[in-house]
Amino acid sequence: MTIATKLMSAAIALAAIGGTAMAQDTPIRIGVMLPYSGTFALLGQNITEAMELAMAERNNGGCNVEYIQLDSEADPSRGPENARRLIDRDLVDILVGPVHSGVAMGMVQVVRETGTPLIIPNAGVRQATAELCAPNIFRTSFSNWQPAYPSGTVAYDRGARTAVTLSWDYGAGHQATEAFAESFEAAGGEVVEQLFIPFPDTNFQPLLTQIAGIQPDAVFVFFAGGGAVQFVNDYDDAGLKDTIPLYGSGFLTEGVLDAQGDAAEGLLTTLHYADGLDNPVDAHFREAFEAATGRESDVYAMQGYDTGQLIAQALEAVSCNVGDLDALSEAMASATIESPRGTFNMSSSHNPVQDIYLREARDGQNVVIEIAAPALEDPAPGCSM
Amino acid sequence: MSFDVFADPAIFLVQLLNATQQGLLLFLIASGLTLIFGIMGIINLAHGSFYMVGAYAAYAVAEATGSFWLALPIGVAAGIALGYVLERLLFRFFYERDHLYQVLLTFGLILIFEEVRGMMFGEDTHRALTPEALDFSIPLLGVQSYPAYRLAISVICLLVALGLYLLISRTRLGMMIRAGAYNREMVQALGINITFVYAAVFGLGTGLAALAGLLEAPVASVEPGISGRYLIISFVVVVIGGIGSVKGAFYGALLIGFVDTFAKVIVPEAAGMSVYLLMAAVLLWRPTGLFGRPA
Repeated sequence: MTIATKLMSAAIALAAIGGTAMAQDTPIRIGVMLPYSGTFALLGQNITEAMELAMAERNNGGCNVEYIQLDSEADPSRGPENARRLIDRDLVDILVGPVHSGVAMGMVQVVRETGTPLIIPNAGVRQATAELCAPNIFRTSFSNWQPAYPSGTVAYDRGARTAVTLSWDYGAGHQATEAFAESFEAAGGEVVEQLFIPFPDTNFQPLLTQIAGIQPDAVFVFFAGGGAVQFVNDYDDAGLKDTIPLYGSGFLTEGVLDAQGDAAEGLLTTLHYADGLDNPVDAHFREAFEAATGRESDVYAMQGYDTGQLIAQALEAVSCNVGDLDALSEAMASATIESPRGTFNMSSSHNPVQDIYLREARDGQNVVIEIAAPALEDPAPGCSM
Repeated sequence: MSFDVFADPAIFLVQLLNATQQGLLLFLIASGLTLIFGIMGIINLAHGSFYMVGAYAAYAVAEATGSFWLALPIGVAAGIALGYVLERLLFRFFYERDHLYQVLLTFGLILIFEEVRGMMFGEDTHRALTPEALDFSIPLLGVQSYPAYRLAISVICLLVALGLYLLISRTRLGMMIRAGAYNREMVQALGINITFVYAAVFGLGTGLAALAGLLEAPVASVEPGISGRYLIISFVVVVIGGIGSVKGAFYGALLIGFVDTFAKVIVPEAAGMSVYLLMAAVLLWRPTGLFGRPA
């Protein structure tokens, strides 16, 4: 062995030690900006814990990782400020969040300037992966267009030729009801009336009376949470459930079936997740999540889990070198996620290309009936990268 | 709009029922608010929390016992007792204080109520069971029908309104309440036990709000944040009707029920601001409200 080779191997060994030491000294900082208080607190908690579960199962992609949590308070006015705080003060390498679409718009604006990788684990605001898409912005959940679009075909195939849509008068409601109208009219049906009610008003009575007067073949709605509970019950109480089939984006019956009771029984909704999916990843995820948290998993936890998977895969692909933003983005864009919902890839606008399931509410579960739209991709109008 | 609410008599009739029911329920909440505001001069932001107490009482009692009708007296009693105790412990120290202190106190109470609710019931959405005897819809003209329970809400609210009218116009306590709303110092100077009147009015007001929550629990979500559901709008009712006037609260609430219901179907784009436009119009016409005393 010559002196040169000895020196070289010593240098390599030193570099290796140095590299390891670096990874230990400066962990990769993941900023998690989710609601931990208020109405969406449980969503924030489920997403966070499922994400950490997925990361832990994958040994954090082989890297040393640190989480910095910030309560987004689901307050859109504080979105940009909070995102900047995580990026500028806490120097996070990767940003995860939020739940609320209004907050998402603020975060998107900030990371479009800073270039920080952003992974959206819930907010469905369509622009984030359409007009405002960027190489560093990813979503592991859905765009508002996605779960609603297949409902139009579902309603048409079940004999509906005329439909009325109804939702809160806000972004998500407009995007979902327009997506329904798009596929329903493409199939040959006609949306005879698009009704809106101010957010978050839940006095649906006047609009139900109008719907009964119009007598369409089908009604499509976008509501979630308490509003969904109220609407489904009011629809039943008004005697409409048996005469005019009700369809909805899956959030109508997600996590609220207990409160909806019999009024929800038999409702058909479309979503990127369902109960009774026959796949081993889902079985493992549900069991592992419950073991780790003591709570039942849900669609939000599932999205958090996939967020963790995406980060772990990307970190492994770049060997923990998060400084190389291009490589990191490329790794995320080309990732294949073995999700509990079924395997998916990212679209060119960084939104999941995923199966949308038709589910029927049965005994407190949203049981999968069939795939309403296989590998559905949001066409992402206005996105250019 | 491609349809006309006035073209079909059945639709129009049901919308009238919708508007009346909404207005009457609002009256229950706003009447208590206007009494507390008018007589004690207290701006009670926590008034909506008593609506919440009623709603959760309906859910919890009906869930535990299977009987909604049992929940009614329990919930109303809880609302009255809570109001009475809070008046004795807290509010009486704030009558002479600036409104700002009252706002701080009652805002703090909202947070405490909300936190306690979270500890007791968690963050899930619930719903109280509709009483079985009323769990059906009444077929009306043509394709329209109306839930029997909502009709029952209107009837109960009307009975309560009648009872309030008799209480205020025909009883000794009512006389003191009216006098108190008109001139507090004079009532005290005449040697009337204002301490009792205040506590009674406070309990009455919070009991009415709790009753509204109880009645609505089977047809509205019982969920975090419902204490704010009617808070702003009931202040609008108080302002429209005239501060301290129960009669004003009655007509103001009905007016809002009608404006909100018909705005939602005739001009849905402006539905969110219709009631505030109404308030602005009323104030321009009568600055102290419909039945308010001129300043």
